[in-house]
Amino acid sequence: MAKIRRLSKTNRRQLLTYGVVILAYIIIQIMGGAGMLSSSLKGMLVPICAYVVMALSLNLTVGVLGELSLGHAGFMSVGAFTGVTASIVLQNVIPFAPLRLAVAMVVGAIFAAAAGFLIGIPVLRLNGDYLAIVTLAFGEIIKSIFNNMYLGFDSHGFQFSMITDNTRLEDGGRLVIGGPMGVGSIQKISTFTAGFVLILVTLFVIFNLVHSRSGRAIMAVRDNRIAAESVGINVTKYKMMAFVTSAALAGAAGTLFAMNYSTFTANKFDFNTSILVLVFVVLGGLGNMLGSIVAAAALTILPEALRQFADYRMLVYAIVLILVMLATNNPTIQSYTARIFGKKHKKGGAA
Amino acid sequence: MSKPVREPVKLVPVPSTNIIPERDVDKSPILECRHLGIDFGGLSAVKDFNMAIGRTEIAGLIGPNGAGKTTVFNLLTKVYQPTRGSILLDGRETGKMTTAQVNRAGIARTFQNIRLFDNLSVEDNVKLGLHNHINYGMWSGIFRLPKYWKEEKASHDRAMELLSIFDMENLAKTKAGSLPYGAQRRLEIVRALATNPSLLLLDEPAAGMNPSETAELMDNIVKIRDTFQIAILLIEHDMNLVMGICEGIGVLNFGQVIAKGTPDEIKNNPVVIEAYLGKKGAN
Repeated sequence: MAKIRRLSKTNRRQLLTYGVVILAYIIIQIMGGAGMLSSSLKGMLVPICAYVVMALSLNLTVGVLGELSLGHAGFMSVGAFTGVTASIVLQNVIPFAPLRLAVAMVVGAIFAAAAGFLIGIPVLRLNGDYLAIVTLAFGEIIKSIFNNMYLGFDSHGFQFSMITDNTRLEDGGRLVIGGPMGVGSIQKISTFTAGFVLILVTLFVIFNLVHSRSGRAIMAVRDNRIAAESVGINVTKYKMMAFVTSAALAGAAGTLFAMNYSTFTANKFDFNTSILVLVFVVLGGLGNMLGSIVAAAALTILPEALRQFADYRMLVYAIVLILVMLATNNPTIQSYTARIFGKKHKKGGAA
Repeated sequence: MSKPVREPVKLVPVPSTNIIPERDVDKSPILECRHLGIDFGGLSAVKDFNMAIGRTEIAGLIGPNGAGKTTVFNLLTKVYQPTRGSILLDGRETGKMTTAQVNRAGIARTFQNIRLFDNLSVEDNVKLGLHNHINYGMWSGIFRLPKYWKEEKASHDRAMELLSIFDMENLAKTKAGSLPYGAQRRLEIVRALATNPSLLLLDEPAAGMNPSETAELMDNIVKIRDTFQIAILLIEHDMNLVMGICEGIGVLNFGQVIAKGTPDEIKNNPVVIEAYLGKKGAN
């Protein structure tokens, strides 16, 4: 009996999150069909989805694992470059765009996971502030690597060089990654529906991971590392599991994001992007997946909605951000929302 | 239900200078420390520590504050790696094992300053104790394969069974961090038991408990030993508890064992009295 009640409680929370996402998708589709969406908002639908997935995946590292990562955009970058490359290479092999996009996302996720694993080996030995600073450094390193990387392919296969373009492609070959020029002439095959599906997949992975044996171990490491070791939990393994899963999802988001533009460069995924995503997570609440979704969507739209303030746009954006932070941490407002929803407003719960 | 072993147990020597209860003598000791020591910088926190614990013994480790008792626990669980000496668990050298590996080998512990997973439920805390006895991986968890449901059901039942030792089943959904102090201490013991140890280390289990809670705890410690047939080593300052349930007691002072024996032997040992009360008390 008690078990059923508890299951239904976590289930309620999860169903609410899935429900909000599905409802938002349906509403936007209907509005789009009725021509009620402005073209600027239409153009933002895919980036919003990508940022939502970024926020959800970072929440796994920051909220569930409890480690501050400041280099999340680095994994997005890895996913973007590798995913787009896969899509360009497979252009003639898989003509069906949605399938090609899905394959590209999987490729992006795999490469980002591999990057997460490699970076995780040194980084996860550290704790707290040190870990945060080192992830920041790795994020910048990834950016520099892609800024100096040339990758092309022709009938002889892949040609690769660093710093200067020594790829010497023969006629009919194609330079995919052009160093600081980034990737150009991409077929824009990302769609809002693809983003919506990716969000659902991300939620599915995160919720099911968190509410399983592995997720419990990850949260145990967060709550008390020494106690976790004392009950026989391999701390490094579970830190790595959370970090790599988080990186993989960010990689898929990177692919989705990049395939929405005809061209992009590594500078798109810099420190500012990492911080932006962290703001989504903190504002939405650590460990609160629905909060991350709402915060990511709202804060992506906000700068556009503030266009009327022209030069003062970012100033207003900052003020709104501060006000929201103050409001969500205000005990009076918290108890007020608690009264409205008729239950204790829990913060920091594991979604 | 419990049958406290209050009558004195005869202690017999085993190889080296160690002693264990007579009933365990035909089995090798579950734990044997030989010349164990650790230095922090120039300070020897523990020196030449020798101890054996019988398979079903309730042993006590006492000594004044700062004597190095908790350090011994940290050495046994490899929170610190010993500088010298060896620890044999069930005749096996624990060598360079990590804390997690030592736990899987059979040592579970509680902490002096309670260390629970505060944001998780009581049930999840116990399930984390069961972690290495739940048998499915990350992918079964993500894709909710049949194995997930089967193993989660089994671990739920087992967790409830363990919680029932302290009548805590009704608290299963409570957040561990919001439990009252005494219940947190009990939950730590349940979590440690869930790892299925052969040796349970209790670091001041009665700290902060009132006399009636302590009496209940004493009964429960004996009950745990009887039900699970495991050895228990406890650090405690409450002499009623130590003298009441411990069969063999080691006294530690300045990192060295100054006395070993049955409660009666310890009570009347002038060296022990001196360590606790100073020279005057010994007279």
